[in-house]
Formats: sequence, C-alpha cells, structure tokens
Amino acid sequence: MLEYPLEGIRIVDFAWAWAGAQATSILALLGAEVIKIESMRRIDHSRVFSLTTGQWFDEPDSSVIFNDMNLGKMSANIDLSHPEGVDLVKKLVKISDVVVQNMRPGKIDGLGLGYDVLREIKPDIIMLSSSARGNTGPEREYIGYAPLFSAISGFAYISGYEDEDPVRLSGEIDLLSATSSAFAVLAALIHRQQTGEGQFIDLSSTEATSVFMGEVFMDYCMNGRIQTRHGNKDPFMAPHNVYRCKGEDKWVSIAVATDDEFKSLCQVIGHLEWATDERFADSFSRWHNQAELDKLIEIWTVNHTHTEVTQMLQEVGVAAAPSCNSEDIWNDPHLRDRGFWAEVDHPILGRKTVIDTVWKLSGTPLEVNRPAPLFGEHNQYVFGELLGLSDSEIEKLKKKKAIF
Amino acid sequence: MNKQALTGVKVLEYAQFVAGPYCTKLLADLGAEVIKIEPPGAGDRSRNQGPFPNDIPHAEKSALFLYLNTNKLGVTLDTGIPTGKEIFHKLVENVDVLIDDNHPQQMRELGFDYATLRQINPRLVMTSIAPFGQNGPHTEYKACPLNLVHAGMLGYMTPWVSRWPDREPLQPGGMLGEYGAGLSAATATLAALYVQRMSGEGQHVDVSKQEAILALNRVNAPQFPNDGESDTRFVNLSGLLGDIVPCKDGHIVFQINETHHWKGFVQLIGNPEWARDPVYLDGAERGRRFQTEIRPRVIEWAKAYTKEDLYHKGQAANCPFAVVNSAEDIVNSEHLKSRGFFVDVDHPAAGKIKQPGAPFIMSETPWQVQSPAPLLGQHNEQVYCDRLGYDKHDLLTMRKAGII
Repeated sequence: MLEYPLEGIRIVDFAWAWAGAQATSILALLGAEVIKIESMRRIDHSRVFSLTTGQWFDEPDSSVIFNDMNLGKMSANIDLSHPEGVDLVKKLVKISDVVVQNMRPGKIDGLGLGYDVLREIKPDIIMLSSSARGNTGPEREYIGYAPLFSAISGFAYISGYEDEDPVRLSGEIDLLSATSSAFAVLAALIHRQQTGEGQFIDLSSTEATSVFMGEVFMDYCMNGRIQTRHGNKDPFMAPHNVYRCKGEDKWVSIAVATDDEFKSLCQVIGHLEWATDERFADSFSRWHNQAELDKLIEIWTVNHTHTEVTQMLQEVGVAAAPSCNSEDIWNDPHLRDRGFWAEVDHPILGRKTVIDTVWKLSGTPLEVNRPAPLFGEHNQYVFGELLGLSDSEIEKLKKKKAIF
Repeated sequence: MNKQALTGVKVLEYAQFVAGPYCTKLLADLGAEVIKIEPPGAGDRSRNQGPFPNDIPHAEKSALFLYLNTNKLGVTLDTGIPTGKEIFHKLVENVDVLIDDNHPQQMRELGFDYATLRQINPRLVMTSIAPFGQNGPHTEYKACPLNLVHAGMLGYMTPWVSRWPDREPLQPGGMLGEYGAGLSAATATLAALYVQRMSGEGQHVDVSKQEAILALNRVNAPQFPNDGESDTRFVNLSGLLGDIVPCKDGHIVFQINETHHWKGFVQLIGNPEWARDPVYLDGAERGRRFQTEIRPRVIEWAKAYTKEDLYHKGQAANCPFAVVNSAEDIVNSEHLKSRGFFVDVDHPAAGKIKQPGAPFIMSETPWQVQSPAPLLGQHNEQVYCDRLGYDKHDLLTMRKAGII
C-alpha cells in the first residue's frame, strides 16, 4: 500500500497568490512532490502582502499567509523570462506528471511554456490553467481576485443583509476554486492511470464558483425570478437566524425545522406558551412572524454565552452552533479531539499552528508535515539531484540570473 | 458514448439534499456510473425544496434535485427492513465507491458501517460526510446548513470588511457551505480512488462539514493560537483597497491594491488633480486613506456609468474591476455563451431547463450531461433485475411490500 495517495507524483507549480497556490498545496498534502517555481523577478505577492488581512511582510520568508497557502511544497528559483530558465523548466517538466499555472491566459504560451510545447516534451503531461474567466472567450484576459470572482459568479448579489448592498466573499472563494483545481487534477490523474493519456484543463475561477448556485440560475430560467439577498433567512424554516449572546460580538445560530423542535426551544427558553401562540404555532406562521420571534429569542440568548445556548439546545435536539471566530475554534473540544490542528516548524516564523488536512483517510492517513518553503530552499535538490547539474553549472546559471 | 475521466468507476450514493449528492454529481458528470438510493415514497429531501417551475411543488420538478442529480441512476430502497439491507449489501459488493451522509450511529445500527462493509467489499472506498464527522464530542449534534457555516467560521467573517458594526454575522447566499463540503468530499474520494486503482485497497474517508468549511479559512482560523487575537469581519487594515459600490444601474466591485493597478485606475477616472498626489503611490498610505479619501470619490465618479461600462473600461485600463452580477446577468453573459457554460437539460417531467455545466474544461475527457436526474425509482428494474438478478416478479413483490 502507498504511504500517501499521490506518492511518486511530481508537480511543477507556477501558481501564485491564493487560488492557484492552495490548489497545489492540497496536492502536496496528498503526497505529491510539488516544486514551486518562483524568482526575484516574479515573486508570489503573498510572500509580500495579504489582500485578505491587509498585512505587509518585511521579506519573502516572513509571510505567515504564504506559509498557510503553500504548506508542504518545495521552492526552486527560475526566471521564466530567461532563455536558460525556460530550458530548466522544460527539463523539469520532462520528469514531472502535472503542471499547474494561473498566469493571465496566453502569458505562459508567450514564455514558450504553453501546453503544446510541454506536451511535446512530456506527451502524457497534465496541465491545469486557472484564471479569472478561463482560457477562451471575450473576457479571457480579464484579471481578478476572489472578491471579484464572488461578484462575477453571482454570489455577492445573493449575499448580504436584506436591506443593504451586496457583500463580497473573499478567501473562501479562492480556496473553493483551489479545491476544484485539485479535484480536476485528480480526475485527470485517474484517467491517465487507466489510459496513459494526459490533457489540458481550463478552469475559470468564476465558473467554478457559479456552479455552487445552480438552483438560483434555474429559478431565473424557469420563473424569471432574480434571487437576491436574504440575510440568515431560510425559504421555509423559522426561527432561522443568528442571535446575540453574552460577550462582545458573540452570536449563536439557531435553526428550527419542525413544530416539535420549536416546542423544545420554547421549553428551554421558559416560554412554552409560544408553542401554542397563534403567531408561532405552525411553521407558516413562524416564518411570517419571524422578525417578532427573533426579538423574543434574543431577549433570552443575550443572557447566555454562545456555547451555553448551543449545549442547552443540542440537549433537546434543536440545531444550534456558535458563530465561531479563531478563539472559539481553538477552544472547541470537538475539533481538538479530532486532531484538527497541526504544528509546523518554520525556520523564520518559528513554530506555527496550522489547520491539518481535514480529511481522515483510514488507509493512507494524511498529515501536514512541513511548512511552506523558504524562497529557493530546494534549489540544490531540484537543479542538482533532479536535473543532475554540477555545482559549477548551477553557479553559472545563478550568475546569468537564469536561477534568480 | 465519449470517453470520460471517470468512465468505469462505479459509485453508490446513499445521501440526500446538497453535500452528498453534489459530491456524486461531480463524479457522475465526469463519467462515473452512480446509483442513487432514495427512500420509497418521498425520495430525496431536495425533491421538496424547489424552486419549482411556476412555483408549483412537484417531486419530479425541484430545480435543486434536478441540478444535483444529473447522470445518476435512481433506485428506491427501504433500508430499514432486512430485505432492504440485504439488497444494500449486494449493491455495495459491486461498486468502487460509496458516498453516504447519514448519521454515524444510524449507519452502525443498519449494519452499513465501514467495518461491516469492508468485509463485503475490501476494495470499497467509503466516504462518509457528516456535520461534525465520524467521532468526537459533537458527533451527535444536529446541524442545518446555517449552523455549519457559522460553526465553520465562514459566517462569522461575513460580510468581509463589514461596514455594519452592530449587525449580525451572515451566511453567504445560497448553500455555499454545503456545496463546498460536497466538493471537499469528492476531492478526498478521488484521492482514495487513486490509491484503490494503484494498490487494490479500499479505505474509509471521514469528512466533517464543519472542518471542510473551516479549511476555507485556512489563514484566519489559526490566528488565535499564533497571535493571541482573532480577526473579525470588521478587519480593515491599511492594505485593503476596494469595495462594492453602487453605480448607475447596479453595483461594481474593484480591488486596486497594487500600485500598477492604482495607476491604471487614475487614468481610468480621467487623471484628476486629487489622484495625482504622490502620497497615493505608496500602497500602505493609499490603504490608510481609502475609506476617507478614495472610496467617496469612487462612488461619486461611478454614479454616471453603468456596471457593464465600468467593468470593461476598468479591465481595459488593467484595473481589477468587476460587475456584481445577478442570475439574469450571468445567464445572458456573452462570455459564458462563448464558452458554453450553461447547458440545456431535457427532463421527462420538468422539460428543458438551462443549468450551469462544467466547473472546468478538460481537453480529452469532457464534462457532459448524458442523462437528466432520475425520476423516483426510475432505474429499479435496470439495477435490481439486470444487475442483481432479481426477476420481474421479485420486483413486483418488493414494490408491494414497500421495499422499493
């Protein structure tokens, strides 16, 4: 049996930022050897800056964001605009299985490393290209980040308070797109395993996001209805909201599906009479009077912590959970019990807590076992061991700034 | 029939609503043969969810069901009675993959737990999707999609960079958390399937929806153990430059963090006096002045233009601008038409309805809809008689007994 699912698979990784970088990190956590190609000419901006938190970092190896996004990879420095850099990449592709990149469509072809070229070098190569709008179509060269993907895909329009502007989603959209990329590469690997055939995968981050709301598009196509924002509401369930609890910015989510659950909720709150009150006695009335009901529930929740409310309601079979921040997650005994956290020792950042791989595989258990690479950390391994260059050849390429 | 990436892979689905069925849809749309088990009578819960054509409820016309169950064979089976259990075990014998989203305790009681099923089929990859996974103190907790996005931190962080300091955290629109958990489970399933194809060995894959959603917050979730603080949805550090703002006919979103994007932006708005101040050439400084100096001016400027106009002009100026699209905008997008993103699926009861197609485009093994979602029990004869060897009289008896 294999130790890790993708043991023996080598990936040449040109991806940067979040969506692309995380795609290959997922594959690294599944056991693939992922070699991130980066250079001083083109440095992954998450080594420098975080669009999500607004943090700036002093130097390329001090970014905690880069660490989270690139766990388990190696790093080799190649300048892709240098002809000898391109040659190095080609040599590496020849002994690899997968190439992942997320430059603006057309750019990698311009560098002489497009799919047509790489397929000549390695006929069964699998190449995935991830971009904002995909590799074809009038908007193929348009650029974007996760907040833009959330808007173009349709999610921003249906996310937000009922009475307010749409809201952006951010990092989660990148990481969903990353997961779709990892899924696509795995499907292509399975096909290659069966047939020996490689292929090219064109992934548009906006399309890969729109697929998560198929029923919303179908509602428009069937009924001409343009769905819009509805806060935490459900089309049928009530109460179905998030309620203020004891403490600063502490909230609990409660969702009631049946009359029995509602009765249990009323009992815990100490107002069993609500269960027979004509405003709330059945789901139809509750849905129409939910604003009123929400206020009554919140009068109770504000006197308890979100974990107290959760426990009291779960004991009687009512769905409830805190709206968790990082501290809540850290203190969650369930997650700790399941081994949710891992630690990595980063040479510059020190010991860092990270999320472990979230899938529990009984036969090939996964684990985060190394941090993101330092900039160029694996130059010797890649150029020396894998490509068989001598130390003097490597020095020469460094002087010419092909290795840069 | 064209070859597809997962042609020849046999999957059994014992799941309902969104996450489990979306997981198997991803496999079915790439060519896997999926047999979906539904309870006799009511069927999958998503059959009652809608939206429905003309808002008239009909178990065969729910868009959510139709979308999530393309390319599957549908059988009905009462797994609660001995013959039903026996049939379930026979089905398990002949598949590569089982996807289930039932309660771990319930699976044990039915004799459908992995320890039992691996005796029947040692090659089986069994992926179990549960709200809080297969073990741990919260395994018994009840949770609706709302509770899980909040337990998974996604809710707490939404709206990202909120302008509403006293308001509650929000679930994103639609059922993003459920779809995301389904995608996560599908990815882990393919990793396990890859191992099965290599070594012949099956395994159990434990997917917690809470953890799958938390993994989308890989950067924010470990912040407390690392830094002793927890980001909120109100985070507004100096690097963040962009927002959703209203324009003439809707909303646009922009993200102008990087200096070359800022320069493009200044040209786009006509190089006004205020924007020429060199202080804005510093990214961090620009960020500090965003809310007070830049955002109000963008809003004032954007008023005069339509969202489409701003999107294309912004992109032409090399500026990350995008439209906050509604379902209508997306269905009618010329770009998506040129890529064939939406597909018409003709269903015997619901008729022809447009729905999103491929989440990514594979050059050699295309995504495709070969058959629409099954009618309730549509493939009972095909599966029970042709595959398992029951005769038509058996089928009749089973139908009368309520087994199928």
